[in-house]
Amino acid sequence: MSRIGTIARRTFLISSVAVAGGVAFGVYAARKPAPNPLSPEDGEVALNPYVMIDGDGVTVIVPKAEMGQGVQTTWATMVAEELDISPADLRVEHGPPGKAYYNRGMGAQMLPMPEYKVSGWAETIGEQMTVMGKFLDMQVTGGSTSTVDGYEKMRHAGASARETLKEAAAQRLGIARSKLTTEEGAVVAPDGTRLNYTELALAAAEIKPISAELRPRSAWRFLGKSQPRKDQLPKATGTAEFSIDVRQQGMKFAALKRNPWQGGAMNGFDPAAALAMPGVERVVDLGDGVAVVANNSWSAMQGAEAVECDWADGPSPATTEALYDAMETAMTGDANSTLLDRGDVSALPDGTVEIRADYRVPYLAHAQMEPLSGTAVFHGDRMEIWSGNQLPVHCRDIAAKEAGLDKDAVTMHTTLMGGGFGRRGYVDFTQYAARLAVQMKGTPVQLLWSREEDMTHDYYRPGAIASFRGAVKDGRAVVLDGQISGQSATASLMQILLGMTPPGPDKILVEGAFDQPYAIPNARLRGYVSKEGPPVGPWRSVGASVNGFIFDSFMDEMAHAAGVDPLAFRLDMMRDEDPRSAAVLEAVRDACEWRGETPDGIGRGVGFCYSFGTPVAEVIEVHQTDDGIKIAKAWIAADPGIAIDPENVKAQLFGGLAYGLSAAVHQQITFDGGAAEQLNFYDFDAMRMNTMPEIVDIRIVESGHRVSGIGEPGTPPAAAALANALFNLTGVRARKLPLAEQFDFVV
Amino acid sequence: MANLTINGTAQTVDLPDEVPLLWALRDGLNMTGTKFGCGVAACGACTVQIDGEAVRSCQVALGDVWGEVTTIEGIGTPDDLAALQKAWVENQVAQCGYCQSGQIMQAAALLAQTPMPTDEEIDVAMAGNLCRCGTYPRIRAAIHDAAQKMQEA
Repeated sequence: MSRIGTIARRTFLISSVAVAGGVAFGVYAARKPAPNPLSPEDGEVALNPYVMIDGDGVTVIVPKAEMGQGVQTTWATMVAEELDISPADLRVEHGPPGKAYYNRGMGAQMLPMPEYKVSGWAETIGEQMTVMGKFLDMQVTGGSTSTVDGYEKMRHAGASARETLKEAAAQRLGIARSKLTTEEGAVVAPDGTRLNYTELALAAAEIKPISAELRPRSAWRFLGKSQPRKDQLPKATGTAEFSIDVRQQGMKFAALKRNPWQGGAMNGFDPAAALAMPGVERVVDLGDGVAVVANNSWSAMQGAEAVECDWADGPSPATTEALYDAMETAMTGDANSTLLDRGDVSALPDGTVEIRADYRVPYLAHAQMEPLSGTAVFHGDRMEIWSGNQLPVHCRDIAAKEAGLDKDAVTMHTTLMGGGFGRRGYVDFTQYAARLAVQMKGTPVQLLWSREEDMTHDYYRPGAIASFRGAVKDGRAVVLDGQISGQSATASLMQILLGMTPPGPDKILVEGAFDQPYAIPNARLRGYVSKEGPPVGPWRSVGASVNGFIFDSFMDEMAHAAGVDPLAFRLDMMRDEDPRSAAVLEAVRDACEWRGETPDGIGRGVGFCYSFGTPVAEVIEVHQTDDGIKIAKAWIAADPGIAIDPENVKAQLFGGLAYGLSAAVHQQITFDGGAAEQLNFYDFDAMRMNTMPEIVDIRIVESGHRVSGIGEPGTPPAAAALANALFNLTGVRARKLPLAEQFDFVV
Repeated sequence: MANLTINGTAQTVDLPDEVPLLWALRDGLNMTGTKFGCGVAACGACTVQIDGEAVRSCQVALGDVWGEVTTIEGIGTPDDLAALQKAWVENQVAQCGYCQSGQIMQAAALLAQTPMPTDEEIDVAMAGNLCRCGTYPRIRAAIHDAAQKMQEA
């Protein structure tokens, strides 16, 4: 029987249900329960289970995409902290797709205001929007929200499970619950009698869940300390199963080929050359592309190259220059948003120095290490499908649609992901796998994208242009007036998430610029949406990946115009506006012993960006060598509120820096004839062992006010810090990326 | 059809000779520890060893395999880790983990030739192995760690 317990705090409800051999505990925060996705065998309805205990042990359900950020370990640790069991003794499962697993962390990000100002009524509104998100099926991993999402509810799940197990023990032993304690997966009586959780699970299922206050931070044993990640052992031994590693009996291997001018139709194709190749078995018409089916992936990919396709032109402008022309045109029209607008930006008091700068950043591919794939088998009345995705509910639904089945007839498995960075928040790779499987009834088939297919069929980080004007006086910025124009990643993402594009200002287009914590008295930031172009979407740190470079580069230019040390210039205007940000900047200053001057042949630059609730500052040091400019050293400081797992926080930060530097130095996607011109890592390179800077120090500042994101915020400051360092070294200001087009780096 | 020795075991792969070793392992033998990243020797995810030398298995045709193949499955298992794998786990190297099989196979070949590599030697040996999560600082630390422990052993 399903039992709903007391309201733990605000809108959290604790529930439990009997499952085969034990009990499942859950927490939900919405107005009413969502259908249980775990379908317990006894037919009872459970509610949003996160912790399951049976005779074999304790399992934590982590309905989040594990794509390198360590979410499975972090969520398990949150449960362990309250449940009194070692995190190492918990099993972790991703679980099936479910409406109940909505993402509680995404609400605040939808507010059209700077996140550092979110408090009070705004948090309430954000929660309302999150509740709405639940009813929109938003089981999403993204937006650096996983830890935010789980921080309270997973601890509540653990606490409720603990107290309910204690009550079961109390009834069995005839001792008051208050006399019992818990340790290492067992309830312990005053006389030393130990009852393992596993043997109490069945009885606990008969008890109305009991909620408890969460333990204060001072009592934490696991949280706040680095935990060994559960995925390290399988990933060091080649035994971790990624999407591409799914193997089924009798499985065929297929390769995808689609119109290089994305969105264009397929007029026809000639499979003859492919069918003549050894290993190739079939060429399947997928409507707007083909799949070549073979007995191995390589032959399938060779076959895909050999299929002669007649492609129609796509809907987007054919060339890179046409795309940037469209952005220029958009900027001459009405602004989509003016989310920052204070004072009078036309005011130029006596003695001010006015500066202007234009910026341009390129389109970017995600280029996650594991090329996209999906595996499916269609049985006529049901389908089983596997993919590494950030949107399991949406993926299941699109597979059902392709197969003409009810959603319940599709079993969706979410695998480990060889990187995501935003690319796996789409359904296309799952959809094409389902479409192919429907035509191969009874035969499991894995549909793989070659690296070239992956890179040329991305939802790209949109390119952008910006035009900034500013004025400085007495060492401070007194005017900032920025315009940013580009395609909307929001519109693309919302089409996938909601099937519509909500009206209103596009916050993501200008995030990382309108929302930075500087007390500039006259400031305006306008965003312009350019509607024409290839598919675009979120890319690690989304809008801040564009604007972190643009905005912070301009801050550096203003500091230079003001004749003030660039770090001191930022700090001076930040202190009163947001002390958290100031503390982060001071931390990186102290870490690198910033002195504002460098010896000949060495340049230093600072970059700062507040994104996903987390201020991050980075300093990069570049060295002029005989072989070119070496990106030698980096320092990072960040404030994620509370560092749930400090070593993992550090990994996310230096990883985010590497991702940002890779793009800043090397990467761009250009278009000709509508097709992306870059195909593989030889023309879309990234940081490597020999070009990665030494990470000298990472300082985590914990203001403790709440938990904020960490997967993305390390990325935005990197390009700016590097460009500012190059200016310091060479006197040349970079206003366009990638930097390798203007500077001679060591390779 | 090809006969190979993989991780000390004789194996027969029923695929055409021109199919790269990578796909013979993954699709012919279901040994999925070796990863596909680029298909053009630009990322190192598919690195295995042939007679102890690190090679990109996406570039070696099945018919051209000239010696004994060692893959990530062959240097250690979850129950019996190689020293290098142990260092990888202890240093919490992996993030997404997809490139790490190739990184480990490349590093193992390095340590076999250069038991105590300098940072410069690590740079040269590992430059061909891409990691999009940027785990390089911990890969470097794990290699140094393993070198030290193997020396002491």
